Amino acid sequence: MSVPFALLGLLEREPSHGYDLKHEYDTFFGRSKQIPFGQVYATLARLSRDGNVTAGDFEPGEGPDRKRYTITDTGRQQFEGWLGEPIEPEPHLQTVLFVKVVLSLLLGKSAQHYLDIQRASHLTRMRELTELKRHGNVIDILLADHGLFHLEADLRWIDVTAARLPLLAAAVQS
Amino acid sequence: MSMAVEKSVVRGDNCLIESREVTYNFGDTPALRGANLSVRAGEILAIMGPSGSGKSTLLHCLAGILVPTQGEVWFDGRRIDSLADKERSMLRRDCFGFVFQFGQLVPELSAEENVALPLLLSGFRRNDALAPAREWFQRLELKGLERRRSGELSGGQAQRVALARGLVTHPSVLFADEPTGSLDSLSGELVMELMVATARDDGTTVVLVTHEPRVAAYADREVVVRDGLVSSLVSPAAP
Repeated sequence: MSVPFALLGLLEREPSHGYDLKHEYDTFFGRSKQIPFGQVYATLARLSRDGNVTAGDFEPGEGPDRKRYTITDTGRQQFEGWLGEPIEPEPHLQTVLFVKVVLSLLLGKSAQHYLDIQRASHLTRMRELTELKRHGNVIDILLADHGLFHLEADLRWIDVTAARLPLLAAAVQS
Repeated sequence: MSMAVEKSVVRGDNCLIESREVTYNFGDTPALRGANLSVRAGEILAIMGPSGSGKSTLLHCLAGILVPTQGEVWFDGRRIDSLADKERSMLRRDCFGFVFQFGQLVPELSAEENVALPLLLSGFRRNDALAPAREWFQRLELKGLERRRSGELSGGQAQRVALARGLVTHPSVLFADEPTGSLDSLSGELVMELMVATARDDGTTVVLVTHEPRVAAYADREVVVRDGLVSSLVSPAAP
């Protein structure tokens, strides 16, 4: 879901080869599950087909593919649009939230701004679920509670991350 | 959905209570650094923020408990930070209600006497104060507990008694500082449900400080206090 945008974000920082992109992706986002080379190249091919990146000529060197990929203006716009939009609040979003925060910091953008937007979006959804509880039956209440507790967990993560942004920025930019 | 962060200013129509560039220092330590906040009449507003951010200090300044080091606080078209102590006390007694994290009930008094306390302090005779106090026991699901002392109440019951005490004078504004902070989830939920329902029925404005998102979700709007400043997340006007 966020792999194409993660690769675009890494390319916005600087043009790169697929081989290096895979290792960068794994460093930041693939700690529990590394991205296969095949997925990186397939994603880059789609990004190239859609005009979001351009692929340079083959270059000599290590790795299976020595094409150098560069983000286009279209790709940059796609990425900026994705980065600036809150995710539809649903449980278990932490991975995508994390990707957006790390990419914001990598690119020197305001991660706090993104966290604020996401926080507002989550709280709006929590208000809707709270209203559902106030006027619903016991089944509605239990379902709303499940959503509320998970959204609250996301919000707690957002708060803790906001408090740790300077540390995180230092870590990802080192 | 496109949203933007608007720093420090939340002004709206029908403003009832407002802080303007409020700073507050505890000794050399600034707790508020120019906080601007406007609360509309009838609104339920949640003030959130990390520990030490200044959110409780802001509530205390809005409620006339603390006098800002600089800046102004306005209530219902009247500047209140410049009032004399006695006038501010009377304003708090007549127009504001309070609920704190720990109910702070007087242990020597019964539950109904605790609820009647603000009326007794306003000069009501005992029976004239107890009669309206007892009505709140029905309303806040406390029937049968009128004669109990605070030590004989559960945490949730004690907090609902404190809520009744905060509402018994029908205040314009109820200030609630972490009202569910000492309660389990279900007890806290009941307190919030009753607080919101009674505030909506009576048109009471509520200013609520909480660090709990589930509590803030009962409010109409939230602001975040961060490093002594108020941030509000607002949706831009439709194009």
